[in-house]
Amino acid sequence: MSIEVAGVNKKFGDFVALENVNVTIPTGQLTALLGPSGGGKSTLLRIIAGLETADSGTISINGNDATRLPAQKRNVGFVFQHYAVFKHMTVAKNVAFGLEIRKRPKAEVAARVDELLKLVHLGQFAHRLPSQLSGGQRQRMALARALAVEPQVLLLDEPFGALDAKVRKELRDWLRRLHDEVHVTTVFVTHDQEEALEVADEIVVINEGRVEQVGSPDQLYDEPANNFVMGFLGEVTTLNGRLVRPHDVEVATSPRPEALTGTVSRVLRIGFEVRATVTTEAGDVTTVMTRTHARSLGLESGVQVWLSEAAGATTVPVEPTTTVG
Amino acid sequence: MARSTFGRKGPVAYLLRLLVIAYLFFLVAWPVSLVVTNTFDEGFVSISDLFADPDVVTALRLTLIAAVSAVVINTVFGVGISLLLVRYEFPGKRALSALIDLPLSVSPIVVGLALVLVYGGREGWLGPTLERVGIQVIFSTPGIVMATAFVALPLVIREVVPVLTEVGIEQEQAAESLGANAWQRFVRITLPSVKWAIVYGVVLSLARSLGEFGAVKVVSGNVLGETRTATLVVEEKYLNFDQQGAYATAFLLAMVSVACIVVVSLIRPKSHD
Repeated sequence: MSIEVAGVNKKFGDFVALENVNVTIPTGQLTALLGPSGGGKSTLLRIIAGLETADSGTISINGNDATRLPAQKRNVGFVFQHYAVFKHMTVAKNVAFGLEIRKRPKAEVAARVDELLKLVHLGQFAHRLPSQLSGGQRQRMALARALAVEPQVLLLDEPFGALDAKVRKELRDWLRRLHDEVHVTTVFVTHDQEEALEVADEIVVINEGRVEQVGSPDQLYDEPANNFVMGFLGEVTTLNGRLVRPHDVEVATSPRPEALTGTVSRVLRIGFEVRATVTTEAGDVTTVMTRTHARSLGLESGVQVWLSEAAGATTVPVEPTTTVG
Repeated sequence: MARSTFGRKGPVAYLLRLLVIAYLFFLVAWPVSLVVTNTFDEGFVSISDLFADPDVVTALRLTLIAAVSAVVINTVFGVGISLLLVRYEFPGKRALSALIDLPLSVSPIVVGLALVLVYGGREGWLGPTLERVGIQVIFSTPGIVMATAFVALPLVIREVVPVLTEVGIEQEQAAESLGANAWQRFVRITLPSVKWAIVYGVVLSLARSLGEFGAVKVVSGNVLGETRTATLVVEEKYLNFDQQGAYATAFLLAMVSVACIVVVSLIRPKSHD
């Protein structure tokens, strides 16, 4: 009982959007498809929804083969980045759309619309037109509309991408809480690793049409499969031929065994944080520490320091052929 | 920068305004107002005279039938072709798009002659065949409807295409994912989105169809009381020194068109998004 994507390929002309993608998306969880723009994650979501067809491969939803099923018969809720509201209908009519198409009795439709608008905190806006709502409200309405038909799966394509930073953060928390209430299998596409790490139960990292890694946020962050995943989920720097996170680089002002020595070339303070660039024989290394720590070390330009990996740090050997994002 | 340029009230702005007003006055407002004043020189007599003449009434009815039929045909095909042009990629799409503008650039007389070449009863390419099964096109109502539909063809399409392009396909895709089939998507989503574009296209087509002269003159045969349309009546009366009757008929035609445009601008919502 889940979404199974098997051997999916998709080309747009010469451009390979997806290359032999195999993913299983677990039931009842909130899964993020994470990756850079143009990496194929939206295409995969649209293929699952039936809005795009794969050149080859199969999609099955809850054990039923959906590969040849048109979108309208998949019973999938889809939320678009730019809301795709029905401009000529009121908020209530928008939400009722799927139920009216299914010819449900009027009283039932009214009750369900009412319940859903309360769920997305739009109860008092039922009779407004979408043009009278803010972006965040429109997206909540679109979500209620998608949930109205009790879909087997809910698919969201960069749902918060068009919203400003503050609203995006609010809606992100709200989506997490909503999912804890309704438990529908949910897949959302994002290029924001923070969003994925914060909201998702499971993350599928997609790059250049291929799945790079699948795992929980902790797994991905602590055990990245390769350079790309390591680099995409957070900042990295190179130390002794390995990728390591800047905050995992230990800085000492006296010689230590197996430590790499260099001189501080640049110190930048950002709020509570200090970023120091250290020039070594093997190139520049970036480190990050708290301001207090930097002060206690007496860190400033021209000081000689010794760098080593912190105990238990996540590191990945540098693959010279892969570019790190 | 741009704002201050628009708001400027220097001598150039006034000169430009004067030019535009003079241009519109001498070209449109004055001649049209003369038609009105000439019509009502002797009160409503000229109008009531018109309706007393059975041939004129027949002509008005024929014009109405031809115009309404042409508008219905152009609306149905116009919406269909618009969808084809906006939503589908196919070889020859640019050629089709250019072809649709042809009726605007070709003289209506040419349209009339072209129709005669194809559907003419004796010499036409398809005409004799149709005549054998009992369908007369040229010198009959079907020919008049076809000529009218031809000249007004692009008007609905040119109104609907830009709106359809702007609306995009996401709303339809959302409806599809909510379970709506193609027909339900068309009726519930696409049609309401382009409603006002269609209304405008219909009004323009109707105004154009009512006033069509050249193409109709060639294909109708201009038979009094049978295939003579209202615009042909205007010409006939004018040539026969019945200027009063000519002005009155012209006034009627102009009024229907003006009324359509006024009604639409009144019922159209201020913000139509």
